[in-house]
Amino acid sequence: MTDQAIEKLGGVAADDAMGDDRLIIAGRTFSSRLIIGTGKYKDYAENAAAAHASGAEIVTVAVRRVNLSDPSAPMLVDYVSPEKYTFLPNTAGCFTGEDAVRTLRLAREAGGWSLVKLEVLGDEKTLYPNMRETLRAAELLIKDGFEVMVYCSDDPIMAKELEDTGCCAIMPLGAPIGSGLGIQNPVNIRLIVEQAKVPVLVDAGVGTASDAAVAMELGCDGVLMNTAIAEAKDPILMAVAMRHAVIAGRAAYLAGRMGKRLYADPSSPLAGLI
Amino acid sequence: MKITVNGEDQLLDGPISVSGLLVQLGISGGKVAIERNLEIVPKSAYENIVLADGDRIEIVHFIGGGA
Repeated sequence: MTDQAIEKLGGVAADDAMGDDRLIIAGRTFSSRLIIGTGKYKDYAENAAAAHASGAEIVTVAVRRVNLSDPSAPMLVDYVSPEKYTFLPNTAGCFTGEDAVRTLRLAREAGGWSLVKLEVLGDEKTLYPNMRETLRAAELLIKDGFEVMVYCSDDPIMAKELEDTGCCAIMPLGAPIGSGLGIQNPVNIRLIVEQAKVPVLVDAGVGTASDAAVAMELGCDGVLMNTAIAEAKDPILMAVAMRHAVIAGRAAYLAGRMGKRLYADPSSPLAGLI
Repeated sequence: MKITVNGEDQLLDGPISVSGLLVQLGISGGKVAIERNLEIVPKSAYENIVLADGDRIEIVHFIGGGA
């Protein structure tokens, strides 16, 4: 897509009716409620274009070893600038609390940021989180001065424990990471949203725009996604779709949907019928 | 002197500082974080810390990654 076409579709800011609705995480204020990952793209240039089209202000990044055989290989930061985006280092791929803490300490040293995404996996096939390790790692990180946004199961009790531990955002999965299956348990997501006093973001499972809208209509404060954009046939256009879906879902939540009825209710008045 | 960097053995003419190692490997120090024997090396200490035989060094940076 051309820049012009993207601007036409996605360049319009949220309507004035949304007022100054903002996402606030750990005292930081964001206009966009969409957080995107930076993995799985064809190259960093496509990644940067998708990030721009999505309107996201936060991007997740991974911490990995420098390739010693080719230290001059293209670097993420040369395309997606930490000056423009809030970098959210994540612990994807960590299976123990110690690995996660070690990874994020290195991330803090490399970038100087204390706002992080904690993710401790429990199973390679489902990438389902190990909640016992997640909770333990969250405690260690918070004691060490980190502000922890936490990927978790959609269990409201665990979500509450993570919040009580001091996590600054609760991020339950909508469906397994990279599955694109959509929000599988809207009841639990709603329960987590209702009880939480910190932002709740659906992290993982979104497949297309309507999934993101569903998450926002449930009252989530935001959505984090990667594969849904990166693996779309046209990632830039899907980034635009996600931008609109999140805004639309948020507006619908704030507007308050109509009640559901079992039967029809005519929209035109019955009085004065000929 | 033999040290391990990112899991690979490196034979070096010692003594060498952390800064010296980065120069030798062709890595710009501004965008990386370094761990020496599981302890983070602050950027301010790159010049002063001299590596020892058997050190295990990790040099990491940010790459694309998602959820």
